[in-house]
Amino acid sequence: MHINEKDIDENIKWAEINKDVLKSMENPRPAYWVAIGLCLAMLSVAVVAEIYQYQTGMGVTNLNNPHMWDLYIATFIFWIGMSHSGTLLSAILHIIHADWRKPIYRFAEAMTTFSLMTAGLFPMIHLGRVWNMYWVIPYVTDRGIWPNFRSPLVWDAFAITTYLTSSALFLFIGMIPDLAICRDNAKGWRKKLYTVLSMGWRGDDRQWRNFRKTYMLMACFLIPLAVSVHSIVSSDFAMSIMPGWHVTSFPPYFVAGALYSGCAAIITLFILLRYFFYFEKYMTIAIMEKICKLTFAIAMVWTYLNLIEFASIWYGHDMVSKELLISKFTGPYSFWFWLMLFCGSVVPFMLAFKKYRCHMPTMFVVSLVLNLGMWLERWMIVTPTLSLSYHPFQWDVMWPSVVQWGIVFGSFGWFGLLFLTFVKIFPSVSMYEVKEMVYHRKREAGSAASEEGSAAPVKNEEGNKATPSGSGTPGLEGA
Amino acid sequence: MSKCRIMGLFSDFEEAFCAISDIKEGKLSGVSIDDVTLKSPIEHPEIEEVLGERSAPVPYFTLAGAIFGITFGFTFLSSAQANFLVQPQGGKPVVPLPSNIVLTYEMMILFAVLFTVTSLMVCGRFMTKRSSLYSEKVCIDQIGVIVEMDEADLESTKELFKKHKVLEIREEVKQ
Repeated sequence: MHINEKDIDENIKWAEINKDVLKSMENPRPAYWVAIGLCLAMLSVAVVAEIYQYQTGMGVTNLNNPHMWDLYIATFIFWIGMSHSGTLLSAILHIIHADWRKPIYRFAEAMTTFSLMTAGLFPMIHLGRVWNMYWVIPYVTDRGIWPNFRSPLVWDAFAITTYLTSSALFLFIGMIPDLAICRDNAKGWRKKLYTVLSMGWRGDDRQWRNFRKTYMLMACFLIPLAVSVHSIVSSDFAMSIMPGWHVTSFPPYFVAGALYSGCAAIITLFILLRYFFYFEKYMTIAIMEKICKLTFAIAMVWTYLNLIEFASIWYGHDMVSKELLISKFTGPYSFWFWLMLFCGSVVPFMLAFKKYRCHMPTMFVVSLVLNLGMWLERWMIVTPTLSLSYHPFQWDVMWPSVVQWGIVFGSFGWFGLLFLTFVKIFPSVSMYEVKEMVYHRKREAGSAASEEGSAAPVKNEEGNKATPSGSGTPGLEGA
Repeated sequence: MSKCRIMGLFSDFEEAFCAISDIKEGKLSGVSIDDVTLKSPIEHPEIEEVLGERSAPVPYFTLAGAIFGITFGFTFLSSAQANFLVQPQGGKPVVPLPSNIVLTYEMMILFAVLFTVTSLMVCGRFMTKRSSLYSEKVCIDQIGVIVEMDEADLESTKELFKKHKVLEIREEVKQ
């Protein structure tokens, strides 16, 4: 199998980048429409389940004392977690100038926004009385009633709202120069949409200067924000005194798990977009390899945090927590617990082998298995603790009802539909950043060639003479 | 004398920068580097070496936003808590610092981000009407150099652009 070792071919013309990305918004492969249909079918399952739950009451979910939380909360944490890798990794890689992020960060940031929008549905669905959801928002009333600001659940509302707002703005701001390109090439309703959204982008030095500073500053704020959001979500559990939840390492454990599931989702979406939109030139195997290595490293961190959690409980010798740990390995939920460990800690070893990392179908399946493991992790955090609490009268094994499964299943359709609609309307590869990447790569190649002392002109892939370092603008030969 | 603006479109940064360097060196009388605007599909990493330091006051807005977020966040929470007389506190402080720090932190980031984005719109002069000198090509692969000058200097500026292999010259259409 031929593997292109370069992150990107630096001989791509700038005009070609525009053309390829704009074309992707018009003519995806038929598989794209199949995916849309699949998502719609999945979403309809959730809509039916939610209508049934709304009409009948929360009893149809099997939620009852002591199992007041189950799949809805587990899936809420899962979607919050998945949102982390997009913006967080994009911001970190931007700050450290890792330019291989450039072809993939746009869809990863979109993934963040849509994951958060999906996650935000679950507290409402879980609440049952969806019409009272606004009670969590602090607003002035004549009764002087405010939410309990000491509760981590209210912190959640603040943190997630802040994260959603900031991530959506980060995505939007990063897209403005590309929206101007779309504006210049579109017709009809698209032209009107892009004209409004590009907000008069002209590409002058004043705009670029302020744009760069804005983007960097936002990236600097988003990193601590992303870490704080998942730490706060972990506080929903860690600040209680329940066995299995009152664990000091929960915030880093949640953040590692969030990064892990987000990276796995990036792999899945990378492969899908690469196929749907013929993005082989931009979403290269070399970039895929880098994401896979990153995912493997995070998987090992997650595994380590799991192990120290088990060790802390074992050597801490709190009998109730220890009993719960033993129950996780041998009790009624043991199959799912072992499956979680297998999917989350064993399967990622496939990412250590180049042979698998470079094989897209294998990576697609592996990424789905990793995310299954991460979803199971959230379920195994929530449910076993509630089944084996301090008092024997609270001991109860509960399995979620079809209604819960239906809504959880449908949430993937909802996310998929939002995401696929986004990538059809907006450029999923950042055109201007890929141009920058090509520009810098070519300059670096030119500098390296001149450092070697070669006075001869550098030859490009077609064997044509290319300009030596420092002369001309790379990527513009076709202009 | 009336002012006019022209834009030269160049095929690469090198030619555009050479033209700007000539202006910087005073080869065009009556035109200074401050009268030059560069339009490009990407931001050139060494743009400041060519155009000189130009202001971008976004970080000041960010700082103002962060300070506002801290002040507003903490004041809002503590005043809400101080007015929330329905819930008995049970000996706990009316304004609890540890939990308020978490929420104040979130407000700091939220307002810092909102102020930053607002400052981009203001400082980058977004949402203003594009002049007739805008070319779609600067969003594809060409570099535009816009010069504002007296009408008397128009021809000499065009000559300078032509010397540096300009692809196209556009003059601003007076509305």
